[in-house]
Amino acid sequence: MVGITPTQLVYERPASLAQVPTHYCPGCTHGVAHRLIAEVLDEMELRELTIGVAPVGCSVFAYNYFECDFVEAAHGRAPAMATGIKRMLPDRIVFTYQGDGDLASIGMAEILHAAARGENITVIFINNAIYGMTGGQMAPTTLPGQKTTSSPGGRDVEQMGFPIRMAEILATLEGAGYIVRRSLHDPKNIRLAKKAIRIAFEAQARGLGFSMVELLSTCPTNWGISPLESLRWVEEHMVPVYPLEDYKVSPTLAGLRV
Amino acid sequence: MPLELLKGNEAMAEAAVRAGVQAYFGYPITPQTELLEYMSWRMPQLGRTFLQAESEVAAINMVYGAACTGVRAMSSSSSPGVSLMMEGLSYIAGTEIPVVLIDVMRGGPGLGNIAPSQGDYNQIVHGGGHGDYHPIVLAPASVQEAIDLTVLAFDLADKYLTPAVVLADGNIGQMMEPAELPPMQDIRTEFPDWAVRGAQNRERRILSSIYIDPNVEEVVNYRLMLRWNEIQSNEVRYKEYYLDDAEYVVIGFGTAGRVALSAVRAARAEGIRIGLFRPISLSPYPYARVEALADQVRAILVAEMNTGQMLEDVQRASKGRVPVEFYGRMGGVMPFPDEIFSEIQRLARGPLEIDVDPRRGWMERNAELLGTLQAKH
Repeated sequence: MVGITPTQLVYERPASLAQVPTHYCPGCTHGVAHRLIAEVLDEMELRELTIGVAPVGCSVFAYNYFECDFVEAAHGRAPAMATGIKRMLPDRIVFTYQGDGDLASIGMAEILHAAARGENITVIFINNAIYGMTGGQMAPTTLPGQKTTSSPGGRDVEQMGFPIRMAEILATLEGAGYIVRRSLHDPKNIRLAKKAIRIAFEAQARGLGFSMVELLSTCPTNWGISPLESLRWVEEHMVPVYPLEDYKVSPTLAGLRV
Repeated sequence: MPLELLKGNEAMAEAAVRAGVQAYFGYPITPQTELLEYMSWRMPQLGRTFLQAESEVAAINMVYGAACTGVRAMSSSSSPGVSLMMEGLSYIAGTEIPVVLIDVMRGGPGLGNIAPSQGDYNQIVHGGGHGDYHPIVLAPASVQEAIDLTVLAFDLADKYLTPAVVLADGNIGQMMEPAELPPMQDIRTEFPDWAVRGAQNRERRILSSIYIDPNVEEVVNYRLMLRWNEIQSNEVRYKEYYLDDAEYVVIGFGTAGRVALSAVRAARAEGIRIGLFRPISLSPYPYARVEALADQVRAILVAEMNTGQMLEDVQRASKGRVPVEFYGRMGGVMPFPDEIFSEIQRLARGPLEIDVDPRRGWMERNAELLGTLQAKH
């Protein structure tokens, strides 16, 4: 920072983002998602009021990256744990950070019922269509035909079923206040993702019930392509299957400017 | 407080309320459902949290989350539901936070039935979730004891930062008898220095059971063992009946112990010098006291509502010094006092052998009773 005056400063670490080396792979978009959440916590001055719930998966260490209180849940159980915390501390902000295996496979019951109850929590859902931590196995969100280490011939939907669109499913539940899907594959979409995360936390602060932002993300390591190709892969292959839409927006949020 | 006619499940619920429980999460399952139903109106009445979860898996993880905020939190269930909670219990033990769980045991394995059983002894006392940990386990034999042990479970869980389980059976949960409730404690307004409630004017806190470096995890396991050693030194509880001059002893916990007491009294009336030893803390188990009894008596009879799960702890404690015999009923069947009385008479008649498997003898002697539907039950 030496020699840089405040008027020149265009980029700095959010106070809510811990100053630690990343453990994520090169090109992975977890880091982008982490930063966006930290920026929102800073902007809304929520760092001291927030409790995060980390999942099992690549982001199992999410708690290392945020300067707020954190707990670490069992695989898929983050929404249940967040429920316990939020019910005890209704004036605090509680968010979970979950991958597709955690949220859409083993944790399907917990996420559905948290949303159905209108649990006033925010869920950041990272969908990269693969199990990253365990080395690239098929996820519930793996695309038809997509090769993984447990679907080496490509996901055969006749045998292995179809990808699950969580945002669409959760938007059918009356307890949900804000459900959208965004992507992290280019700057424009990253800005839109940031705005959605902000609105999701605003929804919780206003007591509007369950909020979730699904973020299409990359996994260059397990997809076996370069970080740049991964960004293109999201745009060309994932977005058509997982449209970037607003699936449910509480009327109270409709006029919100962030 | 006056004596009231109370049902076990409801009495345990009210005892938890009076112990200051601030959050209850559960799922309906017979024979503990009245506990959940009681909480569903009682907790909101006091401005506290009741939530019926979508599963026992979710319930225990809600308890986990609530307990992380430093409040007294609990769940209750019965055998198949408790199986589902084992994952969460292991995480809670690994995170070193206090939680209370009430298991109102029923017949098993599998879906089993809804009748009283003690078949979860091994699961709760010796096993349960993955990894190295020891929950505190307390076994009531009456509604009054169920009340007292529920309150104690909260105190011990807080003191040792561990899950504490009240291991009741369907009989304790369903039966009504006069009992006295404890005074109402205030709910907590100041919270422990590990509680996660927002990092206001302090460093952030992280509650987790993950220690990715095995060397660090080993330190954590060592810390858990140090605490467990302390628990073993301080928290052994049991009740003794007619043991001063006893030549024989029946050992049984919970309802089996209570049934055995009737048999012991009948045997005393016949001049048989027998007493009852009823472990209350199953974990920590009163090994030292059982070992001392093995030096005092001529034979031990273990009575359980399972296939002899606590029997192995008695054998471990008595170290082959005296014959250990077994009598059990299984699958949700209760033993009657006269059955245990007959066993006591057999013990007193002798002779007994040390180097035999007590389970085999029990099965052979009772093959007709246990193995056919013509049995009297």
